[in-house]
Amino acid sequence: MPQFNEPSPLEVKILTKRFQLPNSASIDTYLATDGYKAFLKAREMTPEQIVEEVKVSTLRGRGGAGFPTGMKWSFVPRNSPKPKYVICNADEGEPGTCKDRLLMEFDPHQLIEGMMIAGLAVDAHKGYIYIRGEYRYLIEIMDKAIAEAYARGWLGKNIQGTGFDFDCYTHTGAGSYECGEETALLESLEGKRGVPRLKPPFPAVSGAFQSPTILNNVETYAAVPAIIRDGGAAFAALGTPKNGGTRLFCLSGHLNKPGVYELPMGFNLLRMINEVGGGVRNGKKLKAVIPGGSSCPVLRADECDIPMDYDSLAKAKSMAGSGGVIILDEDTCMVRAAMRLMKFYQHESCGWCVPCREGTTWLKKILVRFHDGRGERQDIDMIGELSKSILGRTFCPLGDAAAMPTIAFVEKFRDEFEAHLNGKCPYGQH
Amino acid sequence: MLLYAQDEVGQVTEELIAEVASRCGVTPLQVDEVVGYYTMLHRKPLGKFHIQVCTNIACMITGGQELYEHVCKKLGVGNRGITEDGLFSVEEVECMGSCSWAPAVQVNYDFHHYMTPEKLDALIDAIRQTRKAQ
Repeated sequence: MPQFNEPSPLEVKILTKRFQLPNSASIDTYLATDGYKAFLKAREMTPEQIVEEVKVSTLRGRGGAGFPTGMKWSFVPRNSPKPKYVICNADEGEPGTCKDRLLMEFDPHQLIEGMMIAGLAVDAHKGYIYIRGEYRYLIEIMDKAIAEAYARGWLGKNIQGTGFDFDCYTHTGAGSYECGEETALLESLEGKRGVPRLKPPFPAVSGAFQSPTILNNVETYAAVPAIIRDGGAAFAALGTPKNGGTRLFCLSGHLNKPGVYELPMGFNLLRMINEVGGGVRNGKKLKAVIPGGSSCPVLRADECDIPMDYDSLAKAKSMAGSGGVIILDEDTCMVRAAMRLMKFYQHESCGWCVPCREGTTWLKKILVRFHDGRGERQDIDMIGELSKSILGRTFCPLGDAAAMPTIAFVEKFRDEFEAHLNGKCPYGQH
Repeated sequence: MLLYAQDEVGQVTEELIAEVASRCGVTPLQVDEVVGYYTMLHRKPLGKFHIQVCTNIACMITGGQELYEHVCKKLGVGNRGITEDGLFSVEEVECMGSCSWAPAVQVNYDFHHYMTPEKLDALIDAIRQTRKAQ
């Protein structure tokens, strides 16, 4: 078993409430602590009522885009004669993010129940959990949980005599960041290369196997049982307007106590760093924060007095993304950080469309040149221009994800790029 | 399916591709193009213990890069290199979802968090000892 961090007293435990219980992944523990009650309650509701409850909760997609979940579900044509699918994206790959694995390891049944409720809402009877290949032990945990649920009549035909059928399967990825994008994930699920599809049609209309599909992140589904059980309004009240509930923030980087903590939406970032994460380590000063996984534009230390929710971060021209909060201290070389991230995007670009495939390659070359002390003044502007010419011109958001943080690195830390012009890193890191 | 097949065989071979193709009812070429896409599928053999070191941002700033260089030096191999006895191989990998417990190393499918060069040395030595004892 890998080691994880200790919880913080400031946490609000909704999704993680069972994490500390002994044997928390077993169905007995789950049933003894309100497990599957939300499903039975949802069975008494109409599909419209379920979707409405999720809308009231103002739950937004926890994978990165932050799209309102209830609205996404309402796009599925319920009368379509085709089978419908509920798919869970557990291809957690965004640098800085490490929450979904805990939700699967410590409370797999919560995820299954969330998917079953989604199945009720859109009239789907099959669910797939797409788990990244590196998480082999989690595939085993999920498979065990699914087997337990079948054995106890919580999956399969006529679940608990309610007349509702639902089957659930796991599917493994094999080391591709791109497969975290919804349509690339669907391609991969169908056994092909994980390249994105042209949208529209959106997955809600034509997704897996060309059928209506809802696709959400692990954390999004895991929040659904609590919403149905305690009501959407109660969940919404935990967060800020239009940004309901709690979320799992993954604090990493130069902190005394990095870790995954469940906090209400809108929690202040500085408080998060200082009170939850124990402050910047070794008594150093804060330099910058990447607030929602590597694809989100970086915030300077003076921009960090901000509530962590989708709208506030969008106003600050960044994103809440997937909840991966990476803290960089005063000694961090931003050129090195930008270079490493571009290497990542270049490696993970699937090569399907040109702006991303070529753009990330050239950006990497320029940034590596800078990193190696061979950068020239005109390169600084070229980084910005190249990034802007990727933005919005790709099939999937990977191109944007590479371009947006790079633009921010150059705009906000231009002086550091200039300081590298004489061939040396001012921090002596490379 | 390919990943599980690879685990059984050790690497993706022509025979493996032919077998998977026949079971899925597709051509070997179709399987081949899928193999070419995914980084976890290897056509070349790996060490019995495949040491994957994350050097992405959260691990990099907490010592992942140094860890990677350390293990390469210790085992005398480069990226995707394999030791002469076939026991170890090393790979520099992208984010493996352990950012809050960085730096992280994955040996085959086992995660090791809060890694240091010393802890990694101890891990490698322990594996060697156990192998010798067998």
